[in-house]
Amino acid sequence: MTPGLPSEATPPVADWRDAMPSNRHRYSYAFLDEGAKREIRRKMLKAVAIPGCQVGFGSREMPIARGWGTGGLQLTLALIGPDDVLKVIDQGADDSVNAVNIKKFVQRVTDVPLTTDTAAATLIQTRHRIPESPLGPHQLLVFQVPIPEPLRLVEPSERKTRRMHAEADYSRMWLYLYEDIVKFNEITVGARYPVIVNRRYLMDPSPIPRWDVPKLNRGEALFLFCAGREKRIYAVPPHTEVTPLSFEDFAFRVEDFHGRRCERCGAGHSFLDEVVDDESGRRTYSCSDTAFCDQRSRQNRQGSR
Amino acid sequence: MGYVAVKGGAAAIENAEQFSMIRRAGGASELLKPDQIREQLHFAVDRVMSEGSLYAPELAALAFKQSAGDTLEAAFILRSYRTTLPRLGYGAPMNTDDMRPIRRISAAFKDIPGGQLLGPTPDYTLRLLDFDLQDESPDHTRRMMARLFKDTESIDPLPERFPKVVDMLRREGLLVPRPSAGGNDDRLVDITRQALTFPAPRSAQLQTLARGETGGMLALAYSNMRGYGSVHPVIGELRVGYLPLRYPNPVTGEVETVGDMLVTEAEVISRIGETDGPARFSLGYGLCFGHNETKAIAMAVLDRAVATGEPATPSEDQEFVLTHVDGIESMGFCNHYKLPHYVTFQSELDRLRNIQAGQSKREEIRS
Repeated sequence: MTPGLPSEATPPVADWRDAMPSNRHRYSYAFLDEGAKREIRRKMLKAVAIPGCQVGFGSREMPIARGWGTGGLQLTLALIGPDDVLKVIDQGADDSVNAVNIKKFVQRVTDVPLTTDTAAATLIQTRHRIPESPLGPHQLLVFQVPIPEPLRLVEPSERKTRRMHAEADYSRMWLYLYEDIVKFNEITVGARYPVIVNRRYLMDPSPIPRWDVPKLNRGEALFLFCAGREKRIYAVPPHTEVTPLSFEDFAFRVEDFHGRRCERCGAGHSFLDEVVDDESGRRTYSCSDTAFCDQRSRQNRQGSR
Repeated sequence: MGYVAVKGGAAAIENAEQFSMIRRAGGASELLKPDQIREQLHFAVDRVMSEGSLYAPELAALAFKQSAGDTLEAAFILRSYRTTLPRLGYGAPMNTDDMRPIRRISAAFKDIPGGQLLGPTPDYTLRLLDFDLQDESPDHTRRMMARLFKDTESIDPLPERFPKVVDMLRREGLLVPRPSAGGNDDRLVDITRQALTFPAPRSAQLQTLARGETGGMLALAYSNMRGYGSVHPVIGELRVGYLPLRYPNPVTGEVETVGDMLVTEAEVISRIGETDGPARFSLGYGLCFGHNETKAIAMAVLDRAVATGEPATPSEDQEFVLTHVDGIESMGFCNHYKLPHYVTFQSELDRLRNIQAGQSKREEIRS
């Protein structure tokens, strides 16, 4: 498609956008040119074929800053079509700044319907969370990744980490975790907990909390990861085994919210944001996944009626 | 709840955009026109073009206006515009011998064929704040120009081409041969279409440096010159001038000149190389859009520095240099830390509390 020319694929212009035709018709459907989309889709296919393996790609500059989700955004734009329903979350929330920005942009260049309802979305772009409600086989979850290389923690050089992956030599990562246990009697890695995919590749699950790591294992949906600044795509196809690194005598442990509940919906089994009251210093908790929390609150209200 | 999480709704985000527009353009002074910026703030425009990797003075001036003078931000705007442009083809290779220089100096020789040509530069000007500029009048400028151009008719015009200083050295066998620019299969890579892999071929290296951020490259090159490295540069030749842009005619196939572009080129002679064969000087090469001598020299120093076989300092490590010089990437990543990180922080808090609880339990047992 030639930028500058409105194409047949361009959906009809809606009210307020009439005021800005020059911006609107300057760009292709879904912003990226068709060549770029094709390349990104091919690289995604390669990533799906080798679960957990990082595939380099010609990452484009986007109108949002590097480090603000340009990777996830490129996947979303390469995948999206008029039949999609899009949901974007940041830290689990639909109305967080980064999510709002990205949603606004994608809608401006595609006109796809937006949703906050996890079940209604066909394509979900996320920063730092996996939704609490289970995803289905018709859904794609696109992760924004700041640092795609799990070994970066122990080795700064890309040249060396590529070799380590080729040889499946993850001894330094194991050693790092072991030393943590010796020093602190605990593993210090909080979010971004390293996992082994399909018993082969060590993978960075993006900075999701450990709470979300088990959701990657043998999931129904296709998980796609992309780091725009570092120019890497990787994937976890449905029903793929994903195991967090752990020792026989030192099990993987998710965040402990034992005895705590969401103030708003009462959930005792979701990842909670800790909220400190200014005045009393009292700590309360609320669900990080706002759509999940809203749905539960609605159900509670209906139940009490 | 007394706590306001960083969840700006759509309205708050739109307001933030409006406020920054008001801060830029809401004052009492006259609004800047892009052509004023292009002409009068040409160093800024050149820097934005070079770091934005798009030769488009009008658009760079517009981006500079839009970003209220933030060169990183302006280069970013230009770069993301560049990404939407169709790739029509590749121009013919340019020979910088064909440059029509406005400035050309060599620090290696007192006199060079064609002569030293100082051109427009503030290098030799005292850096005194010029208070007269507060009320600069067009009349005054015109009088100055008239005086300057008074004798030009009796002066011989400049030659169209100047011979390259390093070519003289090369003819005498004093320089190492040109390294190959391609990758394994000797083809030129295009870093906007392929992710970098290391060791990167020289074509990828030069492309990355050419769009690097001036300040970042300067810091790395300076560390090398100062002592964390061993490039002791002699500027063989520094040129600023217009290069004819040549492109094959899509109909006839004949290569035609379609315009020209202002570039800065630096060729830096470095210490005697340790490569096989007779002892020779080595060379570092820098070239960037616009007039930006600091960047071109820093680029040449880094080009030479990373050619060192066994890197001993950061500036000698090709991967270190090439992965950290891009302004759009480094600025974006630095600023992304402003985004909410409370999920990851919660995860870290959980770890720390658990460690502390475990420590106090062990202390209790001990006491």
